[in-house]
Amino acid sequence: MSRRGGAWQALMAFMRKEVRHLLRDRRTLAILLLLPLAQLLLFGFAVRTDITSVRVGVVAPAPDAAAAALRARFEHGGRFLLLPPIATAAALEPLLRAGRVDVGVVLEPAMAASLAAGQAVRVLVVADAVDPNTGTMMQNYASAVLRDWQASLGAAPGAVTLETRVRMRFNPTLESVNLFVPGLIALILTMVTSLMTAISLSREKEQGTFELLLVSPLHPWQIIIGKVLPYLALAMANVVTVLLAAWLVFGVPFRGSVVLLLAASMLFALVGLAVGVLIAAVTSSQLAAMLAALGGMMLPNTMLSGLIFPVASMPRPLQFVTGIVPARWFIEIVRGIMLKGVGVSLLWPQLSVLLLMLVVLLALAIRRTSVRLS
Amino acid sequence: MWRALRVLLRKEFLQIRRDTVILRMLFIMPMIQLLVLSNVATFEVKTAQLWVVDQDHTPAARALADRFTASGRFAVAGWSVVAAPGEDALLSGAATAMLVIPPGFARDVVRDRHAVLQLVLNAENGSQAGVTQAYAAEIISRHARELGGETWQPARRGGVVHGAGDAAPVRGRPVIEVRTRSRYNPSLDYRRFMVPGILVQLITLIGTLMTALNIVREKEAGTLDQLNVTPVRPAVFIAAKLLPLWVIGLVEFAVGVLVAAVVFRVPMEGSLPLLFLGAGVFLLAALGVGLWVSTVSDTQQQALFVTFSLMMVYILMSGLFTPVRAMPSWVQVVAQLNPMMHFIAMVRAVLLKGAGIADVWRQLLALALLGTGILALAVAQYRKRAA
Repeated sequence: MSRRGGAWQALMAFMRKEVRHLLRDRRTLAILLLLPLAQLLLFGFAVRTDITSVRVGVVAPAPDAAAAALRARFEHGGRFLLLPPIATAAALEPLLRAGRVDVGVVLEPAMAASLAAGQAVRVLVVADAVDPNTGTMMQNYASAVLRDWQASLGAAPGAVTLETRVRMRFNPTLESVNLFVPGLIALILTMVTSLMTAISLSREKEQGTFELLLVSPLHPWQIIIGKVLPYLALAMANVVTVLLAAWLVFGVPFRGSVVLLLAASMLFALVGLAVGVLIAAVTSSQLAAMLAALGGMMLPNTMLSGLIFPVASMPRPLQFVTGIVPARWFIEIVRGIMLKGVGVSLLWPQLSVLLLMLVVLLALAIRRTSVRLS
Repeated sequence: MWRALRVLLRKEFLQIRRDTVILRMLFIMPMIQLLVLSNVATFEVKTAQLWVVDQDHTPAARALADRFTASGRFAVAGWSVVAAPGEDALLSGAATAMLVIPPGFARDVVRDRHAVLQLVLNAENGSQAGVTQAYAAEIISRHARELGGETWQPARRGGVVHGAGDAAPVRGRPVIEVRTRSRYNPSLDYRRFMVPGILVQLITLIGTLMTALNIVREKEAGTLDQLNVTPVRPAVFIAAKLLPLWVIGLVEFAVGVLVAAVVFRVPMEGSLPLLFLGAGVFLLAALGVGLWVSTVSDTQQQALFVTFSLMMVYILMSGLFTPVRAMPSWVQVVAQLNPMMHFIAMVRAVLLKGAGIADVWRQLLALALLGTGILALAVAQYRKRAA
């Protein structure tokens, strides 16, 4: 048998052993396969940004017809929960502070009379803006009710109306789950590839079994491939199950090519594995490997990738930093394919960046590993 | 028993002090995280790149487009006469919004006093698209009022609408002037909102992970079995493990609060002792979860993975990034069991709103119940496993 064939056989035998190893640890396997699904369900059901029950307190010093009319508008506004009338602006304060009121609408005394007399009436909308986004949103909702009310009181003759037809592209129902599924895939892939390989390789180092492998007739590259491939298979299995669940449970769209999506996932998984191998090569204990994987890969891939926070909203210098975060490019690719249905013609820059990262990381990982081994 | 506890405690403190990796993990990593994360964690809607499809070619159309750029909320990414280039820009991400001004726009405004515009938004991120839409709606309605010859027009400045309050109503039409005020965070600074939450997230992660890893490491090394054959009672052993970590958690929290105040200028409106009371109670729960994780894990790898998965659930259901009140009601009920949710709410209320014990006693009570409950369950579980 040729030398090449022998190497291939040895690799296969070694991989069989590794797969069996992975399959025997039922608990870890169950965790690795089931938890991503649990996370998907959580993302899909729990993560929303739109508040549908804004608690509104109307402060009317002298309840009159106008105040009653306004209260009725809020009551039928759909997304409001109208609280009992509040007598004074001073009484609003403790309610806001204790978080029992989200928005206070403060009216002038004798509003109905002022309106009838054609006088300008002031309304103050006070929102709890501890969370700036939610605060602004709730403020906008309340202001919209007031605008509608004003419009219903009669439009001036000769007023111009500009009707705006709004079309929400790529995610017409504004489901957060559509936004989060691509990011979740990135997160799961990072966890299974970088974190798991880094730990499992450094564990062998810690326990001394890696040295045993080195005196075996296997080449270092065979050892690495044999160690890494089962995790790649597991990672891809995760991608498939999560995508299926996203599609079946949440109806997340797949507008582009599924093949391209899987290919990109494979590429990203390989980048993650290369990072995992590199981390194992440069660290000496499981704990150190864990910390390096967490700080070097998990955190940036979660926080600097656009998974939760839009990259465009970050300060400029940090936007540059996101350039070296693999997940940032991968998430752009997956969102592009799934939500926009774009293909390689628009995604080649992102794909090339990932490919370049893979080449550089592999070169580094191979060098560091062989240095360590000699 | 007290002697055993004292000896074990000294051993734990010595071990932690000697372990430079752990010490680094304890202080440097959280600080870097706090500094970086606080700048990253923002949903602020920045200037939207607007593609204008001008099919009208009139000064009126151009004036409307100018309105968008003058607002500062929009920048023109490109112009075209047909929609196709705009659609491409939306696909490639070069534009986030597209305004289509149809042919006959200027004529319609003059003749019918009514015209139709089309606004197309990239809604991948639904909430950002919603905010962008609200800005656009405001600009368009203001433009319409001006076209109608109205003089009353509020101008938005720093979140407060300054209206010409005493202006006479135009042509006998009732005028309602709406002013808005943002309480507790008037500058709408995201960092004031995020820093307290991230602080809680950090001490949770450290507390839970440290506890779990600390015990599992002894398990892996076999030293736990050795301890089990000594006369040390499990309760003493657990107390010796948890006390140092509890102290570390509080120190960590103190350092974090200091950074929040000095670096991020997070207002310290409320009582610090109240805050630390909350932290002490909260840490019971965080450490309890770590203890529980150590009972279900055999290896550090498993402990890490379980902790991470739990943390993810914790964080997503805590109101740290997305408001709990936006979640479906059954999720809100489940979230009541999440100590992190109560503590984040408490820290934000105390620091930003100056809430006192009368305002946050519910959160404090929930923390006390959850903390003792989780810890008791974890101890029971640990004893069962150890026996």
